[in-house]
Amino acid sequence: MNLGPHADFIVAAYAVTVFVVAAMVAWVVLDYSAQRRILGDLEERGVTRRSQPKDSR
Amino acid sequence: MAVIDLANPTRFLTLVNRVLPWLAALTIVLFAFGLTRAMSAPDDYQQGATVKIMFLHVPAAWLSMMGWGLMSVAALGTLVWRHPLADVAGKAAAPIGAAFTFICLVTGSLWGRPTWGTYWVWDARLTSVLVLFLLYLGVLALYWTAEDPGRGSRAAAVLTLVGAVNIPIIKFSVDWWNTLHQPASILRMGGSAIDPSILWPLLIMAVAFTLLFFALHLAAMRNEILRRRVRSMRIIQAQEVRA
Repeated sequence: MNLGPHADFIVAAYAVTVFVVAAMVAWVVLDYSAQRRILGDLEERGVTRRSQPKDSR
Repeated sequence: MAVIDLANPTRFLTLVNRVLPWLAALTIVLFAFGLTRAMSAPDDYQQGATVKIMFLHVPAAWLSMMGWGLMSVAALGTLVWRHPLADVAGKAAAPIGAAFTFICLVTGSLWGRPTWGTYWVWDARLTSVLVLFLLYLGVLALYWTAEDPGRGSRAAAVLTLVGAVNIPIIKFSVDWWNTLHQPASILRMGGSAIDPSILWPLLIMAVAFTLLFFALHLAAMRNEILRRRVRSMRIIQAQEVRA
């Protein structure tokens, strides 16, 4: 594949897009595991939400 | 499951956990197909190979506006019906919309330099998209810095609805003003002005990016629901310690 005389611009555009998309994917994945971990810690300590039945502790 | 059941966060989480793996897989497959088609698409007779930037720039531009549209509907849900899931949807869409607007601005700039001879010009299309990016940052600042999450959400919803005025300005800026940016060449009266050999890869990439947007949005909504559960549990914990 020949990208011609402006290959740098094309490669830079794809690199920026891949970086931003990868950052968004990493953000949702890491945030999910962090929230799950904190929720697990709180539940282990016996903390429940008001809407959560007590026997589900 | 009835649609109305999705208004319940717990049922919504069940649905997200079921749908997200399939949506992610479909997104990857479509990107693989779309990128293969995009890389094998012929060069443009005027722009040469730089037309390949279009396969990123145009979907990102569409999604930057779709993201704000989605946030506007969510803002109505927050302000009018005060539904918590509407606020969750708006808050989760803001960083994703900002990211796609950033991609749109950067790839457009990188496409502009070899095509127009400049990275940036203060014409109506470019400036209105920059305003959209700044509006996204404003909404994020309201969500992330408000001490009272409820007040922050309402302020963000108001700013979202005010900022919605910018969406038709972006869309029609190339018709209303004399701009360096080209007029609409895909969604226009009389059909697309783009050759099918370039149009089809573009449409496939647009669908792939749209699925990516929704996959990220569902995942971010799930995270936000969990974050709110953590917050309410911490408040209960603090009340129990005080009692």
